[in-house]
Amino acid sequence: MYQFLYDLIGNEILAGLLVAVVPLTIILVFALFGIWLERKVSAHMQDRLGPMRTGWHGWLQTVADLMKMLQKEDIIATDADKTLYNIAPVLVFSGSFAAYAVIPFSSKLLGSEVEIGIFYVLAISSLVVAGILMAGWSANNKYSLLGAMRAVAQIISYEIPTALIVLSMVMLMGTLSLDKISQMQTSSFWNWNIFGGAVFGLSKFLLIPFMFIAALILFISTLAEVNRVPFDIPEAESELVAGYFTEYCGMKWGMFMLAEYGNMFAVSAIIVILFFGGYQSPIGYFGNSIGVQWLVPFEQGFWFIAKGLTLVFVQMWLRWTLPRLRVDQLMTVCWKYLIPYAFLNLIIIGIISLL
Amino acid sequence: MKQYLKNTFDGIYTVLVGMKITFKHLFTPAVTIQYPDVKVKLPDRVRNRLYVNMDDCIGCDQCSRACPVSCIEIETVKSIPGEDLGITSNGKKKALWVTKFNIDIAKCCYCQLCVFPCPTECIYMTDVYEFAEYERSNFLYKFATLTDEESAQKKINYEKFQAEKAAAAAKPKPETPAQTENKSE
Amino acid sequence: MALKTETMVLNMGPQHPSTHGVLRLELEIEGELILSVKPHIGYLHRCFEKHAEAMTYPQVIPYTDRLDYLAAMGNNFGYVIAVEKLLGIQIPERVEYIRIIMAELQRIASHLVAIATNGADIGALTPFLYLFRDREYILSLFEMTCGARMLYNYMWIGGLSHDIHPDFVRKTKEFIIHFRPTIIELNNLLTFNKIFIERTANIGILPIDTAINFGASGPVLRGSGLPFDVRREDPYSIYNRFDFEIPTGKGLVGTVGDCWDRYYVRVLEMEQSLRIIEQAIDNIPEGDVHSAIPKRIKPPKGTVYARVENPRGELGYFIISDGNLNPFRVKVRAPSFVNLEVMGELCKGHLVADVIAILGSLDIVLGEIDR
Repeated sequence: MYQFLYDLIGNEILAGLLVAVVPLTIILVFALFGIWLERKVSAHMQDRLGPMRTGWHGWLQTVADLMKMLQKEDIIATDADKTLYNIAPVLVFSGSFAAYAVIPFSSKLLGSEVEIGIFYVLAISSLVVAGILMAGWSANNKYSLLGAMRAVAQIISYEIPTALIVLSMVMLMGTLSLDKISQMQTSSFWNWNIFGGAVFGLSKFLLIPFMFIAALILFISTLAEVNRVPFDIPEAESELVAGYFTEYCGMKWGMFMLAEYGNMFAVSAIIVILFFGGYQSPIGYFGNSIGVQWLVPFEQGFWFIAKGLTLVFVQMWLRWTLPRLRVDQLMTVCWKYLIPYAFLNLIIIGIISLL
Repeated sequence: MKQYLKNTFDGIYTVLVGMKITFKHLFTPAVTIQYPDVKVKLPDRVRNRLYVNMDDCIGCDQCSRACPVSCIEIETVKSIPGEDLGITSNGKKKALWVTKFNIDIAKCCYCQLCVFPCPTECIYMTDVYEFAEYERSNFLYKFATLTDEESAQKKINYEKFQAEKAAAAAKPKPETPAQTENKSE
Repeated sequence: MALKTETMVLNMGPQHPSTHGVLRLELEIEGELILSVKPHIGYLHRCFEKHAEAMTYPQVIPYTDRLDYLAAMGNNFGYVIAVEKLLGIQIPERVEYIRIIMAELQRIASHLVAIATNGADIGALTPFLYLFRDREYILSLFEMTCGARMLYNYMWIGGLSHDIHPDFVRKTKEFIIHFRPTIIELNNLLTFNKIFIERTANIGILPIDTAINFGASGPVLRGSGLPFDVRREDPYSIYNRFDFEIPTGKGLVGTVGDCWDRYYVRVLEMEQSLRIIEQAIDNIPEGDVHSAIPKRIKPPKGTVYARVENPRGELGYFIISDGNLNPFRVKVRAPSFVNLEVMGELCKGHLVADVIAILGSLDIVLGEIDR
């Protein structure tokens, strides 16, 4: 996309900025929509109605909240470490924002066509950990500190099963580029990785159950990485009030919120790309069949966002169903269950792919 | 190992059971209502804001004495002969001017203990529940129908009457005025 | 060289999402590990006992509502039984039946809150809403009968403030039919959820001898396996006419006396309360609920102790009368106050997150603890 814009505008800086604006817009719009969706999903699951006053079924509620947050006084505790305190939300947000740089929303709309896309996502999302630790430490609040400690332990641990699953997928696909992985799963949902990939043969059928397991493990571990229930112990509201961002208010708090929702979609996008065909349509393209080529990227964008939102919905669905785990049980789930299963899965997928 | 696999299975299975329940609820109609637009129909015995129908009040002070939080304040002045205060709806003759009938609704605990002793059923709880105020002083509900001047006048009338009566009584028996004065207090 | 380490003191409360009111817990922690727990109470002290000395006997009843505000009917019940004992008056059958139905409905309502908040503390917010929906049903039954939803002032000395509403029997039956599936749903959604079991089983184990030594009662004691229930041990009112079981903790998924057992005892008790209501609702005799109310309540000199099984445990009223219109002294044995004291024992060696689970399973009400 950068190349396209560069050709169009002819100015490197402007093109670069424009490229950066796209994911930012997507995050902001998604956060607005995601928070509204979360409220409505939770409300209807609990036999309530949720926000109903601002606009149709309260769709403007998040905008109203954003307005409120922007107007709020910025309060910093006296004993807080002001530098770290101010950097932390930016760092957390930029971590989740940067991950969008390589996510291909369609074959035309992707920020940067890096060859090591998935590796980059794993690396950049670890930046969030530093931000969280900063937030927890600098606020000089015991609850924040406990939350930050939990968050760091959790995110770092859960990167291992994530990495193992990603490794097995990369092994199978033979590329790290998210765009290429998406392209390989083209033409029909039968070619998605969850159904064993595009290569038709015995190995495809052997792979299907292990792909399901891999997708499940990746889903669970990414759930933990974005601190969602049942793994929301860093911000466990009934224990730690709000965890590492207890002391934040106004738009700084809003940035944590944006980062959380941005992350939710980012990890869903990774799962979609690795297992559910990325931006590929499950039933073929309307644009191709009527011969309007320019329609295809839009269709791809639609499918990508639809798939991503479905996974986001599942995340919300889980959140409003389950209690949360305890910090040691969280580690048990990771080290004793997910990692062995993921490792076994890796070996089996490796053997099958050799067949 | 068997326990390990069982834990894995239990973990996934019970989560799915729970998800099935919450998914079912996603499509059941909400049980909540949009409050200021829609209001629940309150049952007829509902206990909310106190109201006093002053036409029926005889100033007997029983509600005030029953109140556990002393939120009802009543002051009365006896009427003098010749004044007609009217009768209550259940036929009782009124004999006292109610110069002050204040209910501090901020103190009220809605126990309904004041309602039962009332002989004329003039104090009762209504179904009004939206009476928030910005000033605490607005919660002092004044039910007395007489204006301040009127009640002052009634007081003076009564004192004058008492004095006249005392003067009339003082002629044959000089020691009684002290007693009547004590009683009037 | 060993690193110099320090323990951290964490104040949980009085303003905290899950201390169930204004309880302050002073936690001494090492990382996440609890070394000691010290509950600090008194933030909700309202001088109930001293107040009662200045009130006439019927005027105390609205104040008893505010002790355990989640089970106000039970509080009224205990107080009126004590004063009736002191006065030595006979209560009409109809009043007894209605009182028992109300007390059992209140038990269900209170247990619903206990279960819901225990679940919500652990993170399951959805069952919370489902249970509050059903509690709302009970509260509207109460509202229909006496006009109040929470602080009823319904049971009076010698009678009741209102007779039941003509629709009450029908609606109560409807509620029973409607409520049974909710228990099943609750069990599927929360009770037997693996994560919930992990969080509560084998946590905060209260051995039976410790429970007895601390004087615990109610579901906390029964969760430890002792079938002690005042309704059975010292039947008051007409409880001896009804057939019901006393559920105890069996250690179904963990050790006897853990958080899960205390929680599950409450679930089972709701079922038993439904049974009692079913037995009573069809047999309410005719009569006047006001007939036995004395015109002037002036008990003779003497002392009395009456206890009832409140949802939180054994609620006792000790009243000294000096023959006046006001009680000379009213002492309340508040079950939550006694149950809270095991907190320090239960939390040792657990993690911060467990404190919440344990506190939720003890089901305290600060209105009653601080009085």
